[in-house]
Amino acid sequence: MKLRLFTTHHRILGILYLLLSLATVAIGTLLSLLMRIHRVWPDTPLPIIGLLKPEDYLALVTMHGTLMIFFVLTIAPQVGFASLVLPEQIGARNMAFPRLNAASFWIALAALLVLLAAFFVPKGAPISGWTSYPPLSAIPAAGPGEGAGMDLWLASIGLFCLSSWLAAVNILATILGERRAGMTWTRLPMTVWAWLITSILTLLVFAVLLAAIVLLFSDRHLGSSFFVPAGDLINGTIVGRGDGSPLLWLHLFWFFGHPEVYIAVLPGMGLATSLFANFARRDVPGYRIMATMLVAIGLLGLVVWGHHMFVSGMNPYAGTAFALTTMAIAVPSTVEVLGWLSMLTLPTPGGLWSSGPRFPTPMLFALGFLSFFVAGGLTGPILAQPALDSYLHNTFFVVAHFHMVMAMAGTFSIFAGIYYWFPLMTGRLMNETLGKLHFWLSIIGAWGTFFPMHLSGLAGEPRHYERLTGPATSFSGIVANERGITSAALFLAAAQLIFLWNVFWSARRGRPAQPNPWQATTLEWAPVAAFGRIDRGPYEYEIALNEMIFHPQWESASKQE
Amino acid sequence: MPATFTRHPVEIERKDTGIGGKPPLDRRPTGGGGGDDNWDNRPSGRRGPRELLTRYRLGVLFALAGDLMFFVALVSAFFVRQSAGHFDARENYVSDWHALAVPPVLWINTAILILSSLTMEIARRQLFREIDVMDEWLGLGRPAVKRAAPWMVATFVLGSLFLAGQWIAWEQLVQQGFYFNSPDPSSHFFYLITGVHGVHLLLGIAALAGALAGMFILRRIELRQIAVDCTAWYWHTMGIFWIFLFALLAFFQ
Amino acid sequence: MSAMLLEPVCIAQSHLWLPPNGSLHGIALDRLMRWNLIAICVCCLAAHVWLIVAKLRRPRSNHAAYSTPFRWALLAALCPMYVWLAVTAQHLWAASRYAGPSLEAMQVEVVGEQFQWYFRYPGSDAAFGVTRPALANAATGNPLGLDARDPRGSDDVVSSALVLPAGREVDLRLRSVDVIHGLFIPGMRVKENTVPGLVLHVHFTPTTPGTYPILCSQVCGLGHARMQAVLSVVSPAEFDSWLAARERARSEQPAQ
Repeated sequence: MKLRLFTTHHRILGILYLLLSLATVAIGTLLSLLMRIHRVWPDTPLPIIGLLKPEDYLALVTMHGTLMIFFVLTIAPQVGFASLVLPEQIGARNMAFPRLNAASFWIALAALLVLLAAFFVPKGAPISGWTSYPPLSAIPAAGPGEGAGMDLWLASIGLFCLSSWLAAVNILATILGERRAGMTWTRLPMTVWAWLITSILTLLVFAVLLAAIVLLFSDRHLGSSFFVPAGDLINGTIVGRGDGSPLLWLHLFWFFGHPEVYIAVLPGMGLATSLFANFARRDVPGYRIMATMLVAIGLLGLVVWGHHMFVSGMNPYAGTAFALTTMAIAVPSTVEVLGWLSMLTLPTPGGLWSSGPRFPTPMLFALGFLSFFVAGGLTGPILAQPALDSYLHNTFFVVAHFHMVMAMAGTFSIFAGIYYWFPLMTGRLMNETLGKLHFWLSIIGAWGTFFPMHLSGLAGEPRHYERLTGPATSFSGIVANERGITSAALFLAAAQLIFLWNVFWSARRGRPAQPNPWQATTLEWAPVAAFGRIDRGPYEYEIALNEMIFHPQWESASKQE
Repeated sequence: MPATFTRHPVEIERKDTGIGGKPPLDRRPTGGGGGDDNWDNRPSGRRGPRELLTRYRLGVLFALAGDLMFFVALVSAFFVRQSAGHFDARENYVSDWHALAVPPVLWINTAILILSSLTMEIARRQLFREIDVMDEWLGLGRPAVKRAAPWMVATFVLGSLFLAGQWIAWEQLVQQGFYFNSPDPSSHFFYLITGVHGVHLLLGIAALAGALAGMFILRRIELRQIAVDCTAWYWHTMGIFWIFLFALLAFFQ
Repeated sequence: MSAMLLEPVCIAQSHLWLPPNGSLHGIALDRLMRWNLIAICVCCLAAHVWLIVAKLRRPRSNHAAYSTPFRWALLAALCPMYVWLAVTAQHLWAASRYAGPSLEAMQVEVVGEQFQWYFRYPGSDAAFGVTRPALANAATGNPLGLDARDPRGSDDVVSSALVLPAGREVDLRLRSVDVIHGLFIPGMRVKENTVPGLVLHVHFTPTTPGTYPILCSQVCGLGHARMQAVLSVVSPAEFDSWLAARERARSEQPAQ
């Protein structure tokens, strides 16, 4: 028996990953609240921390983005949930490499601790944003926090690349090699398709980020000039020694960075499909199309990175090329959305059924995911057009876009997954009333926080500004907007306390759950592990004799019916 | 039953037709025990004698795919940097890229690495010889290990020679005045590319040492096969990467 | 050019939160922005209405209206919208970026430095003098490092405010001294990063006199929020007299 702490059991590791993400999201949210409060009251000292200097604000922005994107949105929906349920969903006993799974978790935890250490080194955390463009990130003298803080950031993200790479290898080997007999490609739950595609993307792009980090580290400490151009003059010292190109970093980083955001959102899309099937009590119309669209989004996501660089000095013809590929992604995304919408409105096959879909908390959060995916996704085509992006790039319009489509959709999908799979983790159900309250307060708070940011962006307010008033402009027209956003953000953060209470209370005192409390059809809900070949599709709900019946995947399809 | 190479014609289990029809025929000479008779009551499926091996090979394949992307990123940075330049005071576009002549010892190193791939492959195949594997599986000594071990030691030696040769190449460059932190980008790339590859090869040598130890420590023949097989694929891949990287450094400067 | 269909600028903005537009291409851009926002707001609203209806209604009959052909019809309606968005924007992008500035465009160099914008006019020889980073010294009045040995730089005027004549196309030559900055003039609908090691160009035509803030749109360090300047668009006569005054002051300065 292995030591409990270094367990290789997939479900416990899944819970550990989710706890890691939970701790990170709490820290990240706290950082964002500090940012929001500072923006509306720039000269008021905050309790304990005191007055935030401009570099402190930028450090908060950098760390908020890094923590949230990497440790929350890349870990929880992908390897967190996959560790939790993937083996069972395909009928395997464990992941393909359980010890690798454990190693991946501990490396991720180490990466988190290294990153958080950046707050405590002299001069503090880095200030170059989660994208850390050189030369700002390549020259320690270019700003406070770009010394030891930046090194810790690089070390942390390097470790994280390693962790993600191992996790992706594990998930891919599991999906491709460990499926039970009869679990063909068209019988996979949509979540498994999503994890498959995300793992392939992870494998391809995190390596490129690691290469970029190695090159940046070399520029910082080993005297090379990959990113720093000749004659670069910082603080009176010429630091550029060779013909480095900052654009090289942009290309390498965004080649990673764009698929990264699809890695963050694709598992949520698969989960949404699963939850809609479960709670609308119907199969997925156009299952093959939905799966193909996930593949298409993943593949297209690899060729659109230039849309982050329209105004960064790239060839304008390249801008057009990237605009076309980016606009093309709108098509599979639209197909997915239409598929979900029709799942919610089409009646279950077989005939009439008097009551429509049910809406317990997991379903509500899946609907919230859909709402944010649509709202945030629709501003994508605007930003995909270089002419319009030449005004909106790096304004709060972009901040609104990615917070809605990635952060809110992603976190709502994480909430949906937690509420849904909570009985598997603890044997109890989460409190339904608190769950519904959490949902409604969160969706109102989230819309209230991020929708008005579009308006700030249209007014031209740039990102990473620690205050609205400057030597040339005051943005006074949107101060009220900003105050509203801050209030909504505080409201949103407060609503999450309900969730925290619910999770920890229900884990001990929640209502014990029946086996398969959601009447799901996928294999993780199978009451007993000993079943044979899989004969059924993942979402076989139907009407027979005016009654809703469902065939879980673990039932064999008898030929005598 | 562990995986083997066999020259006998084997009929693989046919798909179940579902409605009657002939039962699947298994004409393997050894009776097919271990894979299909479900003696430990494991859930049946498309698993055969190669189940564990396939799983580990898949893992190695995906890990190497990620590694390939890492090298692709470095190589693309190479090409970008090679074509970078700036306008000098007379508005001429000048590049600070000066092609670095690779030390000739690199040719020898390449030959050594290719040879080591050969020895590694021979070692790998020794562990799949059917007669020896069956003997080991039945607990009658370790003939396969005895065949493979010398070849693995040879690979170890050749790999270490390769790394020593790379170190010599570095020393030669240092003597000529090209350090890693010379202001010369082709110098940076040389050290970076050979260094990164060298680190990978060092990991490969460590894996080789581990596999060698495992051949005597591990109790199941399947695990021994996996240890050597995965090391071998990793080794070959590092060899193939080296051929491309060497070609890059030697001919594309 | 779509400028033929000139719309009063205020109609485009008054519903859109955009600052007043003062440039020629901005009219078409604002109109495109408006149509884009209308289109996506309609789609977003429709999707949410569909969602809410799905939550509230109890399907009692086999709604052929939502069946698969309807889904494909919707997709077939949305795809042309995406194509139209892409094509209209592409026209605008090509018009402003594919071709360089016209030969009569005025040239001004913009240099971004932590945390200050400098603007350099080439003077009557219409040529920029060579700059060297080693010579840069703001304290002695040579922040860009103009090389005194280059005669073309002797009449260059360096200013910390950008002054442009209305109605004349200007070609901005963008440089950066240290890190990546972003030149952003919201009122001119212009944005382009300034990348150290590269010289980038962006051109536009200011049409409406006024003052417009210039912001930095790429995080560049602790002074990022303060890195601002002012663009003053004035009548051509005023511009000429301003530039002449600055050139006189420049020629009276001792050689750097």
